[in-house]
Amino acid sequence: MSRIQTKFSELKAAGKTALVPYVTAGDPMPNATVELMHLMVEKGADMIELGVPFSDPMADGPVIQKAVERALEHHISLDDVLEFVRVFREKDVTTPIILMGYLNPIEAMGFEAFANAASSVGVDGVLTVDMPPEESQGYLPALDACGLDRIFLVSPTTPAQRLQAVNAKGSGFVYYVSLKGVTGSKQLDVASVTEHMGALQKTMQMPIGIGFGIRDGESAFEMAKLGDAVIIGSALVSLIEANESKGLYDIYLAIGEKMTEFRSAIDRADALTAQE
Amino acid sequence: MTVDFSKFPDEHGHFGPYGGIFAPETLMAALEQLNQEYESVKNSPEFLDELAQDLRDYVGRPTPLYLAKRWSEELGGAKIYLKREDLNHTGAHKVNNTIGQALLAKRLGKTRIIAETGAGQHGVASATVAARLGLECVVYMGADDVVRQAPNVARMKMLGATVVSVESGSRTLKDALNEAMRDWVTNVDDTFYIIGTVAGPHPYPAMVRDFQAVIGREAREQILEKEGKLPDALIACVGGGSNAIGLFHKFLPDESVQIYGVEPAGHGLETGEHAAPLCKGKPGVLHGNRTYLMQDEHGQILGTHSISAGLDYPGVGPEHSWLKDIGRVNYVAIDDEEALQGFRDLTRFEGIIPALESSHAIAYATKLAPTMSKDQVIIVNLSGRGDKDMNTICQIEGIEF
Repeated sequence: MSRIQTKFSELKAAGKTALVPYVTAGDPMPNATVELMHLMVEKGADMIELGVPFSDPMADGPVIQKAVERALEHHISLDDVLEFVRVFREKDVTTPIILMGYLNPIEAMGFEAFANAASSVGVDGVLTVDMPPEESQGYLPALDACGLDRIFLVSPTTPAQRLQAVNAKGSGFVYYVSLKGVTGSKQLDVASVTEHMGALQKTMQMPIGIGFGIRDGESAFEMAKLGDAVIIGSALVSLIEANESKGLYDIYLAIGEKMTEFRSAIDRADALTAQE
Repeated sequence: MTVDFSKFPDEHGHFGPYGGIFAPETLMAALEQLNQEYESVKNSPEFLDELAQDLRDYVGRPTPLYLAKRWSEELGGAKIYLKREDLNHTGAHKVNNTIGQALLAKRLGKTRIIAETGAGQHGVASATVAARLGLECVVYMGADDVVRQAPNVARMKMLGATVVSVESGSRTLKDALNEAMRDWVTNVDDTFYIIGTVAGPHPYPAMVRDFQAVIGREAREQILEKEGKLPDALIACVGGGSNAIGLFHKFLPDESVQIYGVEPAGHGLETGEHAAPLCKGKPGVLHGNRTYLMQDEHGQILGTHSISAGLDYPGVGPEHSWLKDIGRVNYVAIDDEEALQGFRDLTRFEGIIPALESSHAIAYATKLAPTMSKDQVIIVNLSGRGDKDMNTICQIEGIEF
């Protein structure tokens, strides 16, 4: 069982929803990333989504675009991202790490070389935004051979037959994009997510994480009632931008506070679900 | 070499290892819907009649194939014919495609059109068809291009389009494309994305090629009528590569025809400051397809440079990548200075002011023609007119605007 699968079964047994924060590797500077990852775990993260910077993040909104630009000012490469994971694993061998990014940096490294390197430093899963199941020949087998989970996105526009393909080719969990839009866009529509989750839960034989547009405790509370994991990106990353001029200490403080807000909201939702 | 070019791309949009659909999940259903709609109409007489009528009565096709007699004599080699796409309504080949995609948008019931643009020709062509059909139109354009192609920005605004200046990344065409993709992901229900070149996820490379292939179909008939034989060489500039594929496609099976695609060498291929992925890049995945890209060893896309905004793009249509690998088309490069000289030559010898994009093809003809004999024939695709480049040219030549 992969670290991601183990984590989800532990959480399920405890009646808990996973909190999965996102951070762009190298943002705002290379020496902050591992610190931020440990801080997130300390403040209640169950898994971490680590963004691999790419020059052309076409599915990301302005907040993560700027994070990527800050990271790329330090020339953060996929090799650097893997090195961050290796260092993180010196102190934490249980928290699953999912790399999220675009295909080209992985293609430039080579599928097999990437899968071997990622698995050896302790990466658990990979989400490649611009790699749908249809184009994944060669790529998925390489990930599979190294025991890496293959996480796909599913959106409100995904038709039923594509859900089957994701169910067949994905593993670990499926990432439900809660709205039509880029990362960090408008407020999500709880009613629409509720409606789609029904169909999704029937098809998917794996946990479902919900992300895109969850920006505060209130929306995290609503989503925790629906999904197995709540994924938070732009709401945390925007705090890096807001506190960049004040220095790393203030960034850690702000992110720690926001993480606590999300964790307690999710715990409240879990407690409520347990009562029902 | 016997390749059946009509068999490409395959049903998944692959040209050999290139092309495909590398798109965010939210767009997959919209791309499938577009593909099904296009497949169902592309051979239907009703659709093709409507398209042909628009191209004739609104765009002004067929465009002439003009013998540039004085310029050919000056160069002292092959006879050069110009395929006059600059004479289309809106001043470039781009409208051939926007007319076709607008008909599809209408059939799919979309009320809003978005487009990316570099030089502004595709933006103008999109704003034009949107005005004609009464559709809302938003055009994304890199902030640097908004400045250097100001006349086209004004035209788009007059036509009722909203022009969004894109400040992110390198502030040129690739960033405009990213932003248009983000818009489409957000507004996929009511919005049709008119991609302006033969790149992007399937079915765009095949569909845009089919709409532009009218250029080569006409040129082939016209040259047979005028010369009684096929041309010896074709030349077209390649940014994303839509005017080039448009001219080349009908001639691909004609093995005697040498085909040249001209990429922008910018400040020179050896300087790294260019936009010539086929000459100097390597394959990767960007903007929905696998193709040759300008990228560093870590797979980050590199900033590009070309004097012409329309060629200033780090990728290229996947069919060109394939045609390069199988050796059917020769891809060469022309730098900024050579393109400017091509611009001056055509203007002074023929009284035709070409776009800076097309000037790259012109400049390559000035190299190729003298190596050929006087009974040989070259067709150059004059993909657009140069009015939009007046700001750039006046600055360089010291002319008061």
